[in-house]
Amino acid sequence: MSSDLHPPRLDVDRILSDPGVRIVVCCGSGGVGKTTTAAALALRAAEQHGRRTVVLTIDPARRLAQSLGLTELDNTPRPVKGVSEGGDGSLHAMMLDMKRTFDEVVLAHTDPAKAAEIFANPFYQAMSSTFSGTQEYMAMEKLGHLHAQGEWDLIVVDTPPSRSALDFLDAPARLGRFLDGKMLRLLLAPARAGGRSVFGLVTASFGVFSRVVQKVLGAQLLTDLSGFVAALDSMFGGFRQRAEQTFQILQADETAFLVVATPEPDAVREASYFARRLGEERMPLAGLVVNRVHRSQVPGLGADASLAAAAGLDESGEQAPTAEALRIHASLAALADRERAVTAGFSAEFPHVPTVAVTAQPADVHDIDGLRTIGAAISQP
Amino acid sequence: MTRPATGRRADLWPARLHIVTGKGGTGKTTVAAALALALAAGGRRTLLVEVEGRQGVAQLFGTPPLPYEERRITGAAGGGEVKVLAIDAEEALLEYLEMFYRLGAAGRALRRLGAIDFATTIAPGLRDVLLTGKVKESTTRTHNGHRVYDAVVLDAPPTGRIGRFLNVTAETAKLAKVGPIKTQSDGVQALLRSPMTAVHVVTLLEEMPVQETVDAIDELTRLRIPVGQVIVNEAQTPLAAVGKVTQAELRRGLTAAGLPTDKATVTGLYAEVRDHRTRQELEDSLRGDLAELGRPVLELPLLSGGVDRAGLDLLAAALLAAPTP
Ligand SMILES: Nc1ncnc2c1ncn2[C@@H]1O[C@H](COP(=O)(O)OP(=O)(O)OP(=O)(O)O)[C@@H](O)[C@H]1O
Ligand SMILES: Nc1ncnc2c1ncn2[C@@H]1O[C@H](COP(=O)(O)OP(=O)(O)OP(=O)(O)O)[C@@H](O)[C@H]1O
Ligand SMILES: [Mg+2]
Ligand SMILES: [Mg+2]
Repeated sequence: MSSDLHPPRLDVDRILSDPGVRIVVCCGSGGVGKTTTAAALALRAAEQHGRRTVVLTIDPARRLAQSLGLTELDNTPRPVKGVSEGGDGSLHAMMLDMKRTFDEVVLAHTDPAKAAEIFANPFYQAMSSTFSGTQEYMAMEKLGHLHAQGEWDLIVVDTPPSRSALDFLDAPARLGRFLDGKMLRLLLAPARAGGRSVFGLVTASFGVFSRVVQKVLGAQLLTDLSGFVAALDSMFGGFRQRAEQTFQILQADETAFLVVATPEPDAVREASYFARRLGEERMPLAGLVVNRVHRSQVPGLGADASLAAAAGLDESGEQAPTAEALRIHASLAALADRERAVTAGFSAEFPHVPTVAVTAQPADVHDIDGLRTIGAAISQP
Repeated sequence: MTRPATGRRADLWPARLHIVTGKGGTGKTTVAAALALALAAGGRRTLLVEVEGRQGVAQLFGTPPLPYEERRITGAAGGGEVKVLAIDAEEALLEYLEMFYRLGAAGRALRRLGAIDFATTIAPGLRDVLLTGKVKESTTRTHNGHRVYDAVVLDAPPTGRIGRFLNVTAETAKLAKVGPIKTQSDGVQALLRSPMTAVHVVTLLEEMPVQETVDAIDELTRLRIPVGQVIVNEAQTPLAAVGKVTQAELRRGLTAAGLPTDKATVTGLYAEVRDHRTRQELEDSLRGDLAELGRPVLELPLLSGGVDRAGLDLLAAALLAAPTP
């Protein structure tokens, strides 16, 4: 049976203590525990391995953000309180401010007057806060920035909440294509007449397009749009170059990708897609973290036997609390079995990917102690 | 105009347009489908609409990808019928332009160029007004003086985006001050702020989904968009409350049951009971947070075998059986 497969155990302490590892990226589908895992690993690197660590979080749960001292989105790493900093280790945390990061990119690539013009453009405002993929692009951008600063031994990166873990890899390229795409160039050189140009048909229908847009949305909109496009045009090169640089960092040996999944079919399927894709991109997959796993604490007692015993006690009419405890145990044991079967699917496809299971805590994780517990659980399964 | 709604359904689900939101992965698509089934019971016609281009409904019912077209997906009790429509923003824009401007071949050329994708990408407010405009059209459509659908159920964007998605006028006003788009968004806004509409929020008994539920209801209330039910999905039937149990009691009980009573078994079982209680206390406190919202809250069971057609029927029945507090 495939559930008998034992993939190698993921040793996160070896990764966190390795001076050659400078970046750890936590990926996975929505809600599996990426942010929690990233924060827990960063804390452990600082406390146990003496590394100057920064964790880049994205949309952390409110109470976790507070515990990390992230009360404002200010896009700068802040020291985390309550960390026992033995030796050289330290922990800083920051929360990604997408809009601000976009603004910083613009400022870095253009002069202040032009930047001000871009900021005022309604299309820029819409795009910098709502374009799907902007968050992923900006996370990459911020990672590249932190890496270039060279202040940190280790950068632990959380990834944006998205349905598919692949978005983190795909979105920057999509935004890049969009930003230097055909449409933008067409908008920069609006058609005067169709006919003789090589782009005859294209420009002709584009003329139709502008007329339609004018009719439907009004002329101001087109003016704003071409203003936006013209302003961005000067930055295309810069945008693309930076995205490519960061992509290269992700392919380097100094990076370790951890895929996080919960033991549920959807999450495990996403983890498989992602693992396959990392292979294609030649990006270093360090391992799989199966988070929020349920474990029977009385492994010798199976679900059926436990239910039968509870029924026996019910009949005798005594020992009601124990009967209830046995029913709790039975549902836990059954859940643990189902989860094991789900996770085995991943191990069957990727028998060599090191794996570790992290027990589901009875309550949410939102303070430093809770993160320490998760860190310990990842290290000593 | 339409047949009068009767009994519980009308009390519980008085709106005509039901918008289902919630944090990602909480069960929006599942609940929207179950609600469309529930509201179709007794010979009614409902339309289940999806707008995220993800073919979630097709996956749920195990059909090939659905086109931009109202299609019957399943029947419901008593001769009812559920149709489904996967709205595609590009198609909706083309349909819209065709209606007003008769574009013909030029429209198709624009599409090949990616112009339409471009236009709806760079101005997400434009995409949203096209999507909600189509929803409005199907909700209010009549045939021979009768409404075509008794109810429309929208599998909507998640809580993080729902305010912006539904507040169409404000979003398009940033881009278009006059013109047909403006007129269209005003019409949508009027429907969304009327008693014909109810936004239902799906949550799990977990901290983040509950927090997002509270935030979304707050935002919708400020936007004056009517909020309907809070739906707790994947609720576990609570095992009878276990009071404090001691290790000594457990040992006696295990002896009576003829099971091993070694230290590992006793402490293991004891720890499981303790964790279980912690979990239940947390769930109770989250239920308390939801109750404080002062909205009707109903719970749907966790289907341990996953969501199949029988499971959907079960959820649909639960949606109709739920008592309003
Ligand atoms: N091992 C665990 N045991 C119990 N609760 C956990 C565990 N790991 C994470 N959680 C809780 O699960 C919730 C989701 O975790 P988290 O925010 O880290 O996920 P995420 O993958 O970052 O989500 P998103 O995709 O929304 O960003 C949080 O409330 C967190 O406290
Ligand atoms: N009551 C339930 N019992 C068991 N499983 C459920 C239940 N409701 C939903 N699910 C499962 O949970 C997962 C998420 O559900 P669904 O796709 O409906 O959520 P969603 O909110 O639409 O997600 P997304 O944000 O990705 O669109 C699916 O695998 C679904 O089958
Ligand atoms: Mg997160
Ligand atoms: Mg869905």
